[in-house]
Amino acid sequence: MNELARRDLLKAFLGAPALLALGCASRKGQRTIAQMDGGLVLRREKLGHRMRDLTLMPTPSGWSTCEVLVVGGGVAGLSAVRELKKRGIENVVLMELDENVGGTSQGGALPASAHPWGAHYVTVPQAANKPLIALLGEVGAVERIGKGGEPVMAEQHLVADPSERVFYRGRWYEGLYPFAGASADEREQKERFEAEIDRWVAFRDSEGKPAFALPMSLGSRDPRVQALDKLSMAQWLTQNGYTSPRLRWWVEYACRDDYGTTLADTSAWSVFFYYASRKKAAGASYQEVVTWPEGNSHLVNHLKRGVASKTGHAVLSVENGEDSVSVVALDASGDGEPTVVGVRARYVVMATPQFINARVVRGLSEERLAAAKSFEQSPWMVANLQIRERPGGAGFPLCWDNVLFDSPSLGYVVATHQRGPHRGPTVLTYYYPLVDSDARVARRRLLELGWEEWAEVALSDLERAHPGLRNYVERIDVARWGHGMVRSTPGRIWDGRRELAAQPHGRVHFAHSDLSGVALFEEAFDQGNRAAAAVAARMAPEAAGP
Amino acid sequence: MAFRRTPLFYLNVLVVGTCGLVYELIAGTLASYVLGDSVTQFSLIIGLYLSAMGVGAWLSGFLSKNLVRRFLDIELGVGLVGGLSAPLLFMSFAYLGWFQVVLYGLVFIIGMLVGLELPLLMRILREELDFKDLVSRVLTFDYLGALLASLLFPIFLVPTLGLMRTSLLFGMLNAGVALWGSFIFSDLITGGIVFLRSRAILVLVILTAAMFNAKALTSFAEEGMFDDAIVYAKTSKYQRIVVTRTGMGFKLFLNGNLQFSSADEYRYHEALVHPAMSTAIEPKRVLVLGGGDGLAVREIFKYPSVEEVTLVDLDPAMTSLGKELPALRALNVNSLHDSRTTIVNTDAMSWLASYDGPPYDVAIVDFPDPNNFSLGKLYTRRLYRLLASRLKPEAPITVQSTSPLYARISYWCIVETIKASGFKVSPYQATVPSFGVWGYVLARRGPEELVPPEKLPEGLRYLNTDSLGAMFKFPVDMGPVPTEINRLNDQRLVRYYEEEWRRWQ
Repeated sequence: MNELARRDLLKAFLGAPALLALGCASRKGQRTIAQMDGGLVLRREKLGHRMRDLTLMPTPSGWSTCEVLVVGGGVAGLSAVRELKKRGIENVVLMELDENVGGTSQGGALPASAHPWGAHYVTVPQAANKPLIALLGEVGAVERIGKGGEPVMAEQHLVADPSERVFYRGRWYEGLYPFAGASADEREQKERFEAEIDRWVAFRDSEGKPAFALPMSLGSRDPRVQALDKLSMAQWLTQNGYTSPRLRWWVEYACRDDYGTTLADTSAWSVFFYYASRKKAAGASYQEVVTWPEGNSHLVNHLKRGVASKTGHAVLSVENGEDSVSVVALDASGDGEPTVVGVRARYVVMATPQFINARVVRGLSEERLAAAKSFEQSPWMVANLQIRERPGGAGFPLCWDNVLFDSPSLGYVVATHQRGPHRGPTVLTYYYPLVDSDARVARRRLLELGWEEWAEVALSDLERAHPGLRNYVERIDVARWGHGMVRSTPGRIWDGRRELAAQPHGRVHFAHSDLSGVALFEEAFDQGNRAAAAVAARMAPEAAGP
Repeated sequence: MAFRRTPLFYLNVLVVGTCGLVYELIAGTLASYVLGDSVTQFSLIIGLYLSAMGVGAWLSGFLSKNLVRRFLDIELGVGLVGGLSAPLLFMSFAYLGWFQVVLYGLVFIIGMLVGLELPLLMRILREELDFKDLVSRVLTFDYLGALLASLLFPIFLVPTLGLMRTSLLFGMLNAGVALWGSFIFSDLITGGIVFLRSRAILVLVILTAAMFNAKALTSFAEEGMFDDAIVYAKTSKYQRIVVTRTGMGFKLFLNGNLQFSSADEYRYHEALVHPAMSTAIEPKRVLVLGGGDGLAVREIFKYPSVEEVTLVDLDPAMTSLGKELPALRALNVNSLHDSRTTIVNTDAMSWLASYDGPPYDVAIVDFPDPNNFSLGKLYTRRLYRLLASRLKPEAPITVQSTSPLYARISYWCIVETIKASGFKVSPYQATVPSFGVWGYVLARRGPEELVPPEKLPEGLRYLNTDSLGAMFKFPVDMGPVPTEINRLNDQRLVRYYEEEWRRWQ
C-alpha cells in the first residue's frame, strides 16, 4: 500500500481528524502490515454466497431423518438443542454453515491468549432470568442464589477492576463518559438523562412488569413504553433538549456498540432498553458483567457439549410436508466438491437470521416474506492483535474495555484482563461496526477492504492512543462479519413485523436474536429456549399417543 | 624544544594529579556507600592509597631504561584500572562476597601506579629543566590538580555524573594524556610507537564502551530520587529494584517504594512472622507469598519443627537478589539457600489457583502495598479464599496490611476483606521506624479469633510476650472504620490507598 492509498483509506474509514493526527507522525523505521503475520479468518461468505448464487435447486442424493433439526449453530440454535434435550427430546441434529458453531459468539486462540471473535460478555442476570442463572451456574460463574433469587456471582468471573477507560484528548480517563472538561450544563444533562433512565427503571405497568427487562420478553408491552420505538434516539434527544455533545457521544457509543447504528438509526426504545434493563432499581448502579478471555465462546463451548452438529452445511430449502419438514442442504464440510443432502425432521427450528429464512423457507406468505426481509443487519470488522507487551498511555491504566473518543471504532478489549500478571504478551480485540444508514452500502464497504487494509485501519486508529503500537504487533487476524447484528431501527421492536416473523410456520419454528430486535446473548438464549419449549409442547401429546 | 614542551608538560602533571585524587575519592566514597562508617573507610582508603604511592615511588627506582615508554604505559594502566574502578567495585558488591578484598586491592594497585608516575616524569624531564624549578613546578601542579579534584568531585562530578561516569571519565582522561604524551615525547621514545598508541586507543575504546553502558546502574534522575547512595540497581521484567546504603545499613526499594531497611527490618519481620508461627502447633509446612528478600523465611527457620518453606514471589530478579547479593545473604542468613526452601517465581494468584499439593500449616503473606491494580488483586477476597483452600482448617495466616495510621481505611478494608473470605481476624500493629506504624492481620478460618501467642522463640530482638498483647489493641486514631471489601471486580482498596497516601505526599 503506498502512502497515498493509505491516506485515502484512513480518511474513508477513520475520518479527517484521524488523518490530521497521523500526518504528524513519522513512519520511518515502523513495521508495515505486510511484515506482520495474520490474515482473514471465518470466511463464511464463500459458502453463503455460493448458496445465494444457486439457480437450480439440486436434488439430494439421500435422505436422513431426525426428530428435530435445528438450523443455525449460533447461541439461539445451541440453546434450542440444549433445551430440547432437557425436555427429553434426544434425536436432535444441528446444522451450521460455518466450520464451527457459535455464530458471533465464536472465539479463537492465539499463543498469547484465547480471545473473542464477537460477543464477549453477558450482563449479570437479574432474579427473573432463571434459565440464564442456571446456565451461568453450570459454568461455575454463580456462587449461590441470594435471598431474592438474584445470583451471587463468583468474583473471578465478573469483569475485573479496572473495567473501562476512555481516551479523550490525549489522555485516558476511568469510565466511559468523558467527564474531563465537561461544562456544568453538560454535567446537568448527563444527570438528567440518568434520572430519565431511572424513571424507566422504576416504571411498572398494570401487570406489574418492568418497562424493560432482559430478556425483553419479560418486559412490558405498555403503549407508553412501546411509544419510544416510534422515535429514533436522535429525535428523542433533540425533542427533550439534550444538546450536550458528550452525552450524545456517550449514548451513540451504546448504539454503535449494541446495535451497530448511529443515534439517527436507533430506536429510542432500544436505547432505554439498553440502559434500564441493566439496573435492578432506580438509583442502583448498572449490573456488572461476566466475561472470559475467550468471550462468550466460553458459554458456547459449554452449550455445544454433546450436540450432534453438522457444520459446513448450507441449508438451501425448508419445506413443510404432511407430518415432517424436508430440508435440503449443501454439505461442504469435506475437502471435495460439496454434496447435496436431505433431512426429514418432524420439526425444524430455524435459528437463522431472517434474511436467510426469507430465502430458504418455502411457503411463507407475502406478508411474512416482507416481514422477514425487513430485518437489517450491521456489518462488523473484528481484528485480533497479538502484541508483545501491553500498551500504556497517559492517565488511567489499561482496562478490560478501552475506548477511543474520536474514533468510529469501539476501541478494544484485552483478552488477558481476567488473568494475571498484568504484563507481557496479550491479545487485543478491536471492534469496528459499519454504521452507514444503508446496511448494503455498509456491507460493501466492509467487503471492499481486505486483510491488509483492515489491519492498517485498526493499527492506525489504535496508534492515535498508542504511538508505535505496530512495532509490538506479532500477529493480526481480521474477521469480516457481513451480518454481524440486527439493527434496532425505529419501529423494529413494536411495529408487528418482528412478532409476525417469530410465529411458527407449519412445523417450522423460529429462534434468533433478531426476533428480539436486539443482538444479545440473553436474547438468543431466550429465543432458543422459547422455540424449543414450543416444539416440545407440540411433541408431548404426539408422544403420548391418541 | 624544552621551551615549547614545558607548558604542555605542566598540564600533564595537573591532569595526573587530578586523576590521582579523583580515584582516591571514588574509592573512599564507594567504600563508605557500601560499607557505611565513612570515617573509617576514608581514613583507611587514604592511608592505603598514600602508602601504595610510596611503594610506587620506591619501585620507580628499579626502572632505568626507556623511561618515557614506561611512563606512558603506567599512565595507560592508571587510566584502565582507575577508570574501571567504580564499575568493578559496584559489580563486586553485587556479585562477590569479598568486596573488601577487591576494594583494597584496587586502591593499592591504583595508588602504586600513581606513585610511579611523578618520579618517572621528573626523571624524564630533568634533562630539560633545572632541578630546583623541576621539583617546585611539578609539585605545584600536582597539588593544584589535587585541589581541582577535591573541588570538582563533590560540587560537580558526583551530583551530575555519578560515581560510575566520573570514574570512567577520568580513566579516559588518563588514557588521553598517555596518547597525547606519545606525541609530545615522541623524540624520547625508543622503539615502535605505533603499538603504544594502539594500546592507548584500545584503552580509550574500552572505557568509552563502558561509559555507554554506565547507565545500566542508575539514571541521573534516579540518583536524586533516593536520599542515600545507590549501591545496586536493576530493572527486572516486573519492577525496578534498588538497594541503597545509609549510615544505618541497607534499604531495598521496589519501584521507588521502600521494602525494608536493614536497621529495623527485624521489627517488621518478627512482627510479621511470629504471631502466626507461634500460634501454630509444630508447624511443618509454611507458605510465604511475596517476601523474595528471604527475611521472613529467616524468621520462620527459628522454629525447629519447620520442614518445608514454599516461597512464591513473582520476580526471579528479586529472589536471586535475596540469594546472591552478599549483603542480603548476610541479612537473611542464607535462608533462601536452605534445603528446606523452595522458591517459585510466578504470580501468587495463579499459583494458588493451580496448587494441588498438601495443605500448609501456616501462611505468611507479604506483598508490596496495593498501589496499583495488579498488586491490589493480591489483596482481594478471591485471593484469600484461594489461600484458605490451600491451608489446613485451623492454619494461622498473617497478612502485611499497610499502615493503619497513614492509610486507615485501606488497612481496615484489608481486615474486612479477609473477614469476608471466611477468616476470623485479629488485627495488630507494630512500630517500624522506617515505615512508621505498620499494620498486620493475624487470621484463621475458625473456630474463633486467635489470641496473641503466649510463647515466642528465644533470641528475638523486638517481640516479647509482654508487649505482644498491646500490639493487638488499637489507639483511637487507628481504630476500625467501616469500609467496603476489596474484590477482583471492584478494587476499592487501590482507590482507598491512593486517596489516603496522597494526603501524606
